[in-house]
Amino acid sequence: MYRTHILVCGGTGCTSNKSFKIVEELHKQLTERNLNDEVKVITTGCFGLCAKGPIMVVYPEGTFYHSVKAEDVTEIIETHVIGGKPVDRLLHRENDGTVVDSLKDTEFMKKQVRLALRNCGVIDPENIEEYIGRDGYQALAKVLTQMTPQDVIDTILASGLRGRGGAGFPTGLKWKFAKASEGPVKYVCCNADEGDPGAFMDRSVLEGDPHVVIEAMAIAAYAIGSNQGYVYIRAEYPIAVQRLQKAINQAKEYGMLGKNIFGTGFDFDLEIRLGAGAFVCGEETALMTSIEGKRGEPRPRPPFPAIKGLFGKPTILNNVETYANVPQIILKGAEWFSSIGTEKSKGTKVFALGGKIVNTGLVEVPMGTTLREVVYEIGGGIPGGKKFKAAQTGGPSGGCIPVEHLDVPIDYDNLIAIGSMMGSGGLIVMDEDNCMVDIAKFFLEFTVDESCGKCTPCRIGNKRLLELLTKVTEGTATLEDLDKMEELCYYIKANSLCGLGQTAPNPVLSTLRYFRDEYVAHVVDKTCPAGVCKKLLKYSIDKEKCIGCGMCAKKCPAEAISRTDYTAPGHKLASMAIDSEKCVKCGACISTCKFGAVKKG
Amino acid sequence: MNQKIVIPFDGTPEQEKQLRAELAELKNVPGGLMPALQKAQGIYGYLPKEVMIIIAEELSVPLSEVYGVATFYAQFSLTPKGKYQIGVCLGTACYVKGSGDIYNELVKELGIESGGVTPDKMFSLDATRCIGCCGLAPVMSINGEVYGNLTTKSVAGIIEKYKQLEG
Repeated sequence: MYRTHILVCGGTGCTSNKSFKIVEELHKQLTERNLNDEVKVITTGCFGLCAKGPIMVVYPEGTFYHSVKAEDVTEIIETHVIGGKPVDRLLHRENDGTVVDSLKDTEFMKKQVRLALRNCGVIDPENIEEYIGRDGYQALAKVLTQMTPQDVIDTILASGLRGRGGAGFPTGLKWKFAKASEGPVKYVCCNADEGDPGAFMDRSVLEGDPHVVIEAMAIAAYAIGSNQGYVYIRAEYPIAVQRLQKAINQAKEYGMLGKNIFGTGFDFDLEIRLGAGAFVCGEETALMTSIEGKRGEPRPRPPFPAIKGLFGKPTILNNVETYANVPQIILKGAEWFSSIGTEKSKGTKVFALGGKIVNTGLVEVPMGTTLREVVYEIGGGIPGGKKFKAAQTGGPSGGCIPVEHLDVPIDYDNLIAIGSMMGSGGLIVMDEDNCMVDIAKFFLEFTVDESCGKCTPCRIGNKRLLELLTKVTEGTATLEDLDKMEELCYYIKANSLCGLGQTAPNPVLSTLRYFRDEYVAHVVDKTCPAGVCKKLLKYSIDKEKCIGCGMCAKKCPAEAISRTDYTAPGHKLASMAIDSEKCVKCGACISTCKFGAVKKG
Repeated sequence: MNQKIVIPFDGTPEQEKQLRAELAELKNVPGGLMPALQKAQGIYGYLPKEVMIIIAEELSVPLSEVYGVATFYAQFSLTPKGKYQIGVCLGTACYVKGSGDIYNELVKELGIESGGVTPDKMFSLDATRCIGCCGLAPVMSINGEVYGNLTTKSVAGIIEKYKQLEG
């Protein structure tokens, strides 16, 4: 028995902040002090509050420390572990200064409901026994011993669980179709190719609770009559890949995977396939083509994968977060799950909060929570007292939600109604310094780059759309170009082969819808109100503030700055001026000037 | 700006032996081409023509198909990387916090663009997708080590540190 457990976050965010050094230091010092039998150190998955990493929680008190460094270990051991008092300076403080000593009492956690992330930051993901200790593999046992495949499908259908990968297709329906497809060989696949730039919830589940995915896939396999599964995961997630592989090995050792699971005669095996950096492979048919070892191009549907999928066999594909909900639904029942959320969107959704927000990190909230609650209460608002401009959901397939929709309850259907989509759960907050035209261009550049090139509307249409958008950011577009862009958007959406092309114009459409005045400013006034689009920027020097030191002229790579013959009152040297004809808008002058005399805009 | 340097293939017999052993195991795995390319890149650091020919032979797939798959995925590189591989995250969370400027600063600093390698083969630069440290945005990674909360001013110092390592 250990009297104290020290949990240290080993997710990618905290690891990048050197949390492993804390673990090393803890082990070293505990050994030196002969405390190894009393204190156990556990590396867990993500706690969620990545902005404050590295994170440490000490049990039994549940004391939450943030921004911990290896140098803090001595004090933590001496004051807390030995002295029994929390280390005050490492405790969390809310915006108003109140000290909160436990993670669950922070504003960040108060409104969260953790279903998919229930074990993240709680258990050691590399130890199957800790998962079993949290009801792990009980759902699989229940399914195999007490339920028929039809019972499983009925339960998932009744729960109202919808795909968390983006489109929100009812999970039970997918399973039902695959079960109905005849054939001795069927496949169960997991989409862990989290390609949305700015979303990392799937990675966190795999890093923090890999067994839940294995268990859910085995349950799905039993329901549809499959014996082989594949997890398709991004190669850029080394920690997740390594923990999942370890979990698979352990599950095999414990008889939760392989032949004759729980002695019921049910066989199921699981293999990892690494993605190689192609966004289109998040599309289900493209993902399957990629597992087949080919170029990851999508295939026309029908036939749907439930009929003819991987290697031509009936296949189901679900997202990591979707799977993470399954064992709980089996154990606690469909009614319990469907009591959470809104009428048409049940359960919770995990969001990766990022961008201009205080509490960057991972949050899980019941469907129907408003954006305002997520951004201001959980997220802690915008840093630096700046104004909220938009929240982007759905990644390159989604849209920007403006301030007037902050109080819309978030669910699949509401987000589509306001021109965005749930997507995998990236939620990027933007403030007044972000140019919405530039953001639309950023996403479109991404999709143009990632378009596989198979169908013309996507390959060429998006390219033409990007050219028009570039004209806007360079101040050479006309108002007719805006109409042309809109028309082209609808054409691309209607005619593309797969989800990538069908949704690629969404960032453009939604910004045109809510921030048209910003587009018009670029086109008519030739200015970028947020001061982002380089070609439209003008640098100038405030001649009253300039002391004439000439540092800017020295740094200017284009020799665009020269001395004037005006000396401001109180200054000794004549002020400098920028020749806008020569200026290349590199910004070197503004970052050099110590007197705030260089202006951008 | 973007120098194309042709670097002669300098694979060793040991590397080839290792590759052929890996390929023998993947020969009968359904969809084994992608794992094969990943293994090969792990051994050689990139996928030169000579290596793709070996893969085509061993797995009995046309070389055109090997090339087709190798060029489809961003992870596979047909050119060698630098000793220090720099990846600048251009994921959304980093982008809205100014990683575009960080990238431009590196282009200025190193004189190469994304996908390029410096003539001394010391640094290579890649604009990457989200590497998942959004809490530290904007970030770059150098050989896996993550540098967070970057500013355009802090970039040069970090590069300098690596240059000094090399004396």
